[in-house]
Amino acid sequence: MCKDCGCGSGGTGYKINGKTPAELHDHAHDQHRDHDHNHDHDHHHHDHSHEHDHGHHHDHDHAHDHGIHPVHAAPLAAVHQPDVDSERVIRIERDILAKNNDAALQNRARLAATGTLALNLMSSPGSGKTTLLVRTIEDLKARFPIAVIEGDQQTDNDAERIRATGARAVQINTGKGCHLEAGMIGAALDDIQAEPGGLLFIENVGNLVCPAGFDLGEAHKVVVLSVTEGEDKPLKYPDMFAVADLLLLNKADLLPHLKFDVGKCLAAALRVNPHLQTLVVSAETGEGMAAFYAWIEARATLSRTAAAVRA
Amino acid sequence: MHEMSLCEAVVEIAVEEAKKNGAARIRAVVLEVGVLGHVDPDALAFCFSAVSHGTLAENARLIIERVPGNGWCLECAKTVPMTERFGACPDCGRRHVQMTQGDELKLRELEVE
Repeated sequence: MCKDCGCGSGGTGYKINGKTPAELHDHAHDQHRDHDHNHDHDHHHHDHSHEHDHGHHHDHDHAHDHGIHPVHAAPLAAVHQPDVDSERVIRIERDILAKNNDAALQNRARLAATGTLALNLMSSPGSGKTTLLVRTIEDLKARFPIAVIEGDQQTDNDAERIRATGARAVQINTGKGCHLEAGMIGAALDDIQAEPGGLLFIENVGNLVCPAGFDLGEAHKVVVLSVTEGEDKPLKYPDMFAVADLLLLNKADLLPHLKFDVGKCLAAALRVNPHLQTLVVSAETGEGMAAFYAWIEARATLSRTAAAVRA
Repeated sequence: MHEMSLCEAVVEIAVEEAKKNGAARIRAVVLEVGVLGHVDPDALAFCFSAVSHGTLAENARLIIERVPGNGWCLECAKTVPMTERFGACPDCGRRHVQMTQGDELKLRELEVE
């Protein structure tokens, strides 16, 4: 969680358009259902600094609590002294990713309400995600309102590139964080005010490992792989290809200069994920991009129609 | 290092539960981590001490219990052990195996005082 205000997770201190969540406080928190962990935060510091009176607290609480087992009944008993009766074991059984997943569900509901098609673009650094986005925006901006959430550890260079196309862009700097999390997207959504029936591209931090595990509330995950990277990447980094719905094999214009077997690469990806759809494109020359646009349009129509039916 | 933010979630849940139960200190945190998940237990252990610093979980022992991998082989129509997330069935050698166990990432219990 954020050190400054405790909102969202990714406490490595992320920033949105250069501001900490604390600086964005007012509006960032209105939409946050996990707001209350902010209070926890304060309380626990409080408790901590008053630890000397814990005997009192303890007796009081002990009488009220349920689901607490004396330590001798628990597997940890062997490791600790069961005669210290102040020790207890609490069964929890909670999913560690539950908070992220709850925030992702909220994002998904917000995006569904506006009929926004959100795509989470993931790849290793240098696969051409931003170039691909710039071209896509140029080619589709007449047909859709488009907004972009850019994730990088540092700088707002990518958001600047996107803004040059006229699309709205919010930059999230994750600081030391290696991926975007759903709480960050929720805060960025407050900022971006998505127009109904539009597209939202989320460009994740360049990293083929960590972003795979974090649902952001997107409609689809799109993995971008470039032909300069080696055709066995899907086998080396299977998690990313397993969670994706679409693979864009980018920089196809370089194929004549490389020893890269497209078939072998796609076969590797399909081995990891038999449901994966695959397209070979070049964001540089535009080759194959029409297929990507058709893919987007089909799904955007679904998102819009679903929102209209619900309304 | 997504283990850093996973550890933050662990500490957050642990502190929340400890306070709910009126505990003054967390002595141990027990996690269940599947062997097929994308989490490195060593990295979790490394991050835990940093992230728990200054909280009720400071100096708590982190106990990571590994959950073995299992999958349902569509060819053999039975549950088979898996050592790799996208690995082949150890019996028939084909890759039509759906993971059914080994992706766990759960905070199972706390030892508090």
